[in-house]
Amino acid sequence: MIVASLAFYLFSIMAVVGALNVIFQRNPVHSVLWLIFTFFNAAALFVLLGAEFVAMILVVVYVGAVAVLFLFVVMMLDINVVVLREGFLKYLPIGALIGILLLVELAVVYGGWTMAPQAKALRVVPTPDPDQLTNTEALGRVMYTDYAYLFQVSGLILLVAMIGAIVLTLRRRPGVRKQKISDQVQRDSKDTVTLVQVQSGKGLS
Amino acid sequence: MSEPAAAASGFLVIGLSHYLTVGAILFTLGIFGIFLNRKNLIVIMMSIELMLLSVSVNLVAFSSFLGDLVGQLFTMLLLTVAAAEAAIGLAIVVVFYRNRRSIEVEDINQLKG
Repeated sequence: MIVASLAFYLFSIMAVVGALNVIFQRNPVHSVLWLIFTFFNAAALFVLLGAEFVAMILVVVYVGAVAVLFLFVVMMLDINVVVLREGFLKYLPIGALIGILLLVELAVVYGGWTMAPQAKALRVVPTPDPDQLTNTEALGRVMYTDYAYLFQVSGLILLVAMIGAIVLTLRRRPGVRKQKISDQVQRDSKDTVTLVQVQSGKGLS
Repeated sequence: MSEPAAAASGFLVIGLSHYLTVGAILFTLGIFGIFLNRKNLIVIMMSIELMLLSVSVNLVAFSSFLGDLVGQLFTMLLLTVAAAEAAIGLAIVVVFYRNRRSIEVEDINQLKG
């Protein structure tokens, strides 16, 4: 119990430190690396909460896909780090003001909030006993039956995102020489080569 | 289980409120990052990812403490949406950089009219 509690404090503090570093790092590449750190710590928090499958998916999707995508884009764009930090202090007061305001609001909301007494009775899918059914299997049994439509729609969202990203970034550059295999195969010697009888002593006019 | 009891029993019993606090701090840091990094669109998108992460922390915490599996299911759908959002957003950033050679927020004014 004590180990779990200390682990919670360790991982949550590291997640917050990682998030702070994401914001305050000068170099965007370092920001991405700290973002990966934050994701790992959040995944550890999920494990502590007993949501192992979501934790693993978080690592796979966020670290494996999203963060690597960020890293690629950051490295692809040639951006001047010094220029990017200009005006950092200009926006610090308003940002801090809004952040503190939001934190106070959230504190008020959470402070005055209690769980409804009938909340337990209103559960849609009560979590099965972990000894009987693993977290992954329980999730699968819900996701592929009651929530199959949502599952399909999320697949559709990914398809739309993929097509959108490709359409946005695809460009046809003029003046780039590309090999066209079909043109090469269809090329006929009759269209391109002419045989000329050249009389000796006279050049081709 | 009940939140006041967990808060009263002190430091070492982790209740729902502890996780909600972590989520709130992460969300606030995300908002803070958006206001702070006005020059770099990519860091703003990372801040948005932080906010989405805090939302997932909240969902999983509620799911765990209430004993309802749907919260974890929604977290996975949220991950899908976050991945799609990151892909589209970064594609827009790349296209914008190609056109303007910059990713500063102040340069994004072509739609102003």
